Amino acid sequence: MEGFLSALLLQSGYNAALVGIGAALLGIAAGGTGTFIFLRKRSLVSDAAAHATLPGICLAFMAMVAFGGDGRNLTGLMIGSAASAAVALVLVDWISRETRLPEDAAIGAVLSVFFGFGIVLMTVIQTMTSGRQAGLESFLLGSTAGMLFNEAVTIAIAGAVAGLLLLLLHRRMTLVAFDPEFAATTGVDVRSTDLATMGLVLVVTVIGLKVVGLVLIVAMLIIPAVAARFWTERVDRLVAIAAVIGGVSGYTGAAASAAYPNVPTGAIIVLISFGLFAVSLAFAPVRGVVASLYRHVRFQRQVHLRQGLLAVARGEPIFDGLTLKVLRFFGHIRADGVATLSGRAAAAKALRDEARWEVARETHQEDMSVARFDGLTAIEKVFTPDEIAELDRRIGDRIGVVA
Amino acid sequence: MRNALQGSIGIVARNGETALAADLSNLPLLIDGLTVSYGEKPAIFSIDASFAAGRMIAIVGPNGAGKSTLIKAALGIVPRLSGTVRVFGQPIEQVRGRMAYVPQRASVDWDFPARVVDVVMMGLYRTLGFLRFAGTKERSTALACLDRVGMADFAERQIGQLSGGQQQRVFLARALAQDADLYLLDEPLAGVDAATERTIMDVLKSLKTEGRTVICVHHDLSTVERYFDDVLLINVRKIAEGPVASTFTDRNLQKTYGGRLAGAHIEQLRLPVE
Repeated sequence: MEGFLSALLLQSGYNAALVGIGAALLGIAAGGTGTFIFLRKRSLVSDAAAHATLPGICLAFMAMVAFGGDGRNLTGLMIGSAASAAVALVLVDWISRETRLPEDAAIGAVLSVFFGFGIVLMTVIQTMTSGRQAGLESFLLGSTAGMLFNEAVTIAIAGAVAGLLLLLLHRRMTLVAFDPEFAATTGVDVRSTDLATMGLVLVVTVIGLKVVGLVLIVAMLIIPAVAARFWTERVDRLVAIAAVIGGVSGYTGAAASAAYPNVPTGAIIVLISFGLFAVSLAFAPVRGVVASLYRHVRFQRQVHLRQGLLAVARGEPIFDGLTLKVLRFFGHIRADGVATLSGRAAAAKALRDEARWEVARETHQEDMSVARFDGLTAIEKVFTPDEIAELDRRIGDRIGVVA
Repeated sequence: MRNALQGSIGIVARNGETALAADLSNLPLLIDGLTVSYGEKPAIFSIDASFAAGRMIAIVGPNGAGKSTLIKAALGIVPRLSGTVRVFGQPIEQVRGRMAYVPQRASVDWDFPARVVDVVMMGLYRTLGFLRFAGTKERSTALACLDRVGMADFAERQIGQLSGGQQQRVFLARALAQDADLYLLDEPLAGVDAATERTIMDVLKSLKTEGRTVICVHHDLSTVERYFDDVLLINVRKIAEGPVASTFTDRNLQKTYGGRLAGAHIEQLRLPVE
């Protein structure tokens, strides 16, 4: 625990601090980028891209060894992984456009074939005699032990590029995600926008390989976005919150990984971001589970209260257990079911408001579509005192006509 | 196959290319031999039609007749298999700023994280600056458009909370923000309440008064004569086009809807079209 805290406070030495900052930048870039593929409903495409990096890594390693270089040169491995992921993305796109296969089938096929091919290549590499192949498997689940300064700088630069692209493209990507056909009519090239989004995914995937590993990079892209979705109804804020969640997860994950070096960094980061997701799911103010459960219970009570009061006013018997409970809770009836003074007053008001609503529904048909005429909202919240007086006058007129 | 319109273009063309362009630049939408197909079955086949300026035009036909496909092709968002589309005499790509589109409201996911005013501001995309951040000017334009459709009080509301009629009004407000000369609407009155229908028709009529052209895919045969000046009847192929009074006849409807409309003209359905 002490190790974790000191890592969190950048006190665990040069390398751990480097890793922490790198992972935070990666998390920010991934959270922001992931928001747009989440909104475009193409989350799994990023998983295909991530898994498809493996053959590229292996081929790059083999090529670099064959030409007598260091097989683990990060730049070379990144270029290789980006190339094979790009091929996979083009394939997914081609299959879903040109054949009758749906996109999810295309993703499943491409992802597994590329990953399988990559595993075969890895086995071949392990039998090779030359090159220091040890450590290549760390790209599967991520490892931050021994990150070099220039590797951290690479991540920082790529993260900054991703951020700049997000800033330039955010409006266009939002438009395409919400309504691609409208976007096309207003002159946005939907295809190139989607390609740019996938390009961003590629950048994040490639720089995330070293830290999180290719198996789990999709979690860094998607979990921050879905967690952030619980907190806001605006795209700009969604991107910001997702970036913060991604950054925090990356940073704390890297710190935990420094304290417990045996656990893969990627797994820790994903678990931390999942923790933030779970908190969001449960406790977010409007969209959270607790809040919506509370609203449902409150609304149900409102309905039972109104129905109970109307029954009291009309002298009808009440059998529903919850209705009786609610009426008793508000002191409208006594334990034996007889209405109290306040209960009779409330019942009379409920009956009068019901009559007002009836008139309002007839006379304000134009507003029906824009106002809450369900009869459960307090009438004083929808109409001004003058309007209510007018409704009352009409009720009087109607009774007069009947009499 | 090609009809009288083709002939008129021919005449103009004989007078020279400039004459053709000058003549068509006042014509909001010209469709010539337009075919669109999904797979190997044409959704619309070789449709010719021209839509005059300052009119309200209904596109009418049974389900699957290709009504939506026709306006999507006119907007350039579904690929054409053959034929040409000219908007004010020019290819679509060059006149995007003069066209506005109101899609079917079911075509988008209304749980998208956006407020009403955000959706309306999407109509201003072309006018936004380099980084495309919307400012107070864009906001007040959007609010004015919302006011025209009676939704000004809803600007800050999350779009997921809207009723069907309200969603349709928001889409119309977004199209108003585009400030176009040609409005293409896909079933704007489908499944909306009576008040919304009135509001939408009032707005569309005011667009027409301003000299703009309004083309609606329309599903309700009983209101065609009341709402529209011209009608285009299609069922994959074009059946008829022209002023409602002379075109929206029992006979043309029989041709359009086939056996789906009972009547005394079934025999005439067997007659060759045109």
